[in-house]
Amino acid sequence: MKTASLCAGLLALAGMALAGPLAAQTKSAADGIAEYRAMLADGNPAELFEARGQELWKTKRGPKNADMSQCDLGKGPGVVKGAFVELPRWFADTQKVQDLESRLLTCMTTLQGIEAKAVTEERFGRGEQRHMEGLVAWISAESRGMKMNLPQSHAQEKLSYEIGKRAFFYRGGTHDFSCASCHSAEGQRIRLQDLPNLTKNPGDGVGFAAWPAYRVSSGELWGMQRRLNDCFRQQRFPYPGYASDVTIALGTYMGVNAKGAASIAPSIKR
Amino acid sequence: MADPMRIRAQVAGDKATVRVLMSHEMETGLRRDGAGALIPAWFIQEVSAAHNGKTVLNAQWGPSVAKNPFMQFSVRGAKAGDKITVMWKDNKGDSRTDEATVS
Repeated sequence: MKTASLCAGLLALAGMALAGPLAAQTKSAADGIAEYRAMLADGNPAELFEARGQELWKTKRGPKNADMSQCDLGKGPGVVKGAFVELPRWFADTQKVQDLESRLLTCMTTLQGIEAKAVTEERFGRGEQRHMEGLVAWISAESRGMKMNLPQSHAQEKLSYEIGKRAFFYRGGTHDFSCASCHSAEGQRIRLQDLPNLTKNPGDGVGFAAWPAYRVSSGELWGMQRRLNDCFRQQRFPYPGYASDVTIALGTYMGVNAKGAASIAPSIKR
Repeated sequence: MADPMRIRAQVAGDKATVRVLMSHEMETGLRRDGAGALIPAWFIQEVSAAHNGKTVLNAQWGPSVAKNPFMQFSVRGAKAGDKITVMWKDNKGDSRTDEATVS
């Protein structure tokens, strides 16, 4: 990942030699991972996706040859800053609670005339999904540092939260698993990854406030839809439909619980 | 055409720290696709950097460098306003050159 100059490399070695004996006694596996993440965060490749998304937002595309500048993410047409930390929310035009990706899907179909199927049936990381990754990276980055603040004033937003809560605690599949099996207690981990408690605010830049994120292991940028898709896979559940109601409800549940947590998205993961 | 690089160059004392993010697949040539066929190698082979047009770094890379590589180096004597140019060329002959101003 890092190609440091010889000079910097020698400095790092010297630092390690000094800190070595002491650090070995006190450093836990979690500390090691945190250190590794901090090293990577300096050159987070999510930036490359952000740049692509910023460009895509103003690029004329689709059968209607339109850009996304009139897309309403909840704060008025074209307003991007601060939109991410208030999603999912209820939208009057679609009469639905929508998360960032389902809302972008609406804009792509209505403004640009792109077929919904071209997005929802595409494999992650390809075609229109690749465009989606750039857009979510840039849009979330525009709200970096802001606090999660999902609205809960509309009846449908409250309903979405309750459905999300049900889905979160729903046990099933071959392993009798639920989201809550891993994410409803403190100090849990899977292999070496700490698992945030998502039934409450897990803290700044943890859980819902850390996604979208760049996955170093696969070199991909994952939005919340892909993150949830993989959670379903790990539970041995059938894959949820892209931008389906249950994924949005789970987003509402986690997002409302994370109220007040500062967003660091797009972050970097192992 | 490859996506642009992200280059940041900041003065710290008598040198500038340059951080470069490159957008590249960096296929090793050892992986197989879903059908079992080898995915051909595709990686950055040459990297060079110039400070106000004078080459300050030359590197030869191989397939073991990660996808979307990050490179960091320092340039002695660089001042604010100077130009840093970074170029890469991959084994398919594709190349990319981007420039940044030292701040």
